[in-house]
Amino acid sequence: MSDGDSSDGESNVGQRFDRLPATASERVVAGRATRAEVLEYFEDRFEIPPETFDEYTFWEKGAGKIWIFSGESPSPAPVEAIGMTCLRTRQEHWKPTTDFVQRFGRQANACVIDIEREAARRFVCGEDQSLEWDGDWGYLIVAHEIAGEREPIGVGLYLHGELRSTVPKGRQREL
Amino acid sequence: MEPLERYRPIIDDFEAFRAACERPLGIAVRVNTIKADVDRAMATLDEDGIPVEQADWNPRVLRLETNAPGSTWASFHGFIHTQEEVSAVPPVVLDPEPGDRVFDACAAPGGKATQLAALLDDRGTVVANDNNLGRLSALRFNAERLGATSLAVTNQDARNFSFNPLAFDAFDHALVDAPCSCEGTIRKNPTTLEEWTLDHVHSVAGIQKGILKRAVQATKPGGTVVYSTCTFAPEENEAVVQHALGTTDCHLVDIDIGLESVPGITEWQDETYEGSLEKAIRIYPHHNDTGGFFVAKLEVGSA
Repeated sequence: MSDGDSSDGESNVGQRFDRLPATASERVVAGRATRAEVLEYFEDRFEIPPETFDEYTFWEKGAGKIWIFSGESPSPAPVEAIGMTCLRTRQEHWKPTTDFVQRFGRQANACVIDIEREAARRFVCGEDQSLEWDGDWGYLIVAHEIAGEREPIGVGLYLHGELRSTVPKGRQREL
Repeated sequence: MEPLERYRPIIDDFEAFRAACERPLGIAVRVNTIKADVDRAMATLDEDGIPVEQADWNPRVLRLETNAPGSTWASFHGFIHTQEEVSAVPPVVLDPEPGDRVFDACAAPGGKATQLAALLDDRGTVVANDNNLGRLSALRFNAERLGATSLAVTNQDARNFSFNPLAFDAFDHALVDAPCSCEGTIRKNPTTLEEWTLDHVHSVAGIQKGILKRAVQATKPGGTVVYSTCTFAPEENEAVVQHALGTTDCHLVDIDIGLESVPGITEWQDETYEGSLEKAIRIYPHHNDTGGFFVAKLEVGSA
């Protein structure tokens, strides 16, 4: 047996997808988020209604990287990818992904910061900028108005009067 | 352009065909209805200052007057995906429904796999397979940007595709958009024919036959399999479909797509193909001012 083998439960296997347990009572892998915790996080932080995700399952691959999937799959799933990445857990402050926020962020009613066109352009380039914000600090959904409707752009980290862009390098664009 | 000379006997207006092959191709995008409807995508492109024209055959396909469709808000938000106009044809021909289990045998870089997900309203399972791990990273990037949650990505040789990683053992539909000699992309890649050899055509045809045969076997009776290439070579088109007709239980069905095309051929050099191959379509560049494409639609089981 390897050194990593633990006697008090299964360990996280980094190279496959495991479906999240529904609740803590079904959890066998230490530190793994549960479906209930994920739904609670999206509701508490962003007021995204839990029923938004009724038809979706959540999966972990690697330590703390959560994926959202609408199809059918056994668990564990020995595939390269399953749906899309949505959330980083196993750290003090959980962080949603840019692409998740673009896909599901329209359902959010809290911790959404609306910015103007020029600020949005800078955000998408990956620039940090000073901005007023009265709400909670931490990870926010950054949105702007486009073609007459609010549209989420990505995730910003708001601290000390500054909005830091977390748009991944490969997604950054000069617009 | 020399390799195209051999098609003179099968193309009616060969000079128009040659002239079209020498013209550069316009930019087309597909509206990604997972993230925005057509009106919203068009309004966003309008704010981006980009003139747009909808394709007659499909309102979700837009022709743009820009050389940089990726540098737009519409693209950043994943409302559009740059995809050659004819490349949007095979998923439309396959016509899957929400909830279906769909196989995309050669899925990278993911334009058609994400289009299949959109046609499912992102409800169901699209198994997006490719044997090339490097190209799968492009597929995954595109799938995430477009917000597709219904894709399961596998890295197998499609000729021996195994259901082991999956929750089911048959597909409702399969798309084989096969690796090919890419003659039909000459307007986009003018150097594509420089390394053309007949040996390569024959060797890739062998791979295509293996992939299509497995895809038919992996699809349930009554299900459909679409076979497509972006090449004109009959060895890679009608001959591959003929091989599937002879080695598996399937038959050809009609295609109604609203684009100008001609029927598949039944004679090529000293080969003859079954008469039903006329149900396949050949789209030539001069027909609709696009790239070239071949599409055949098969139904699994006897007619």
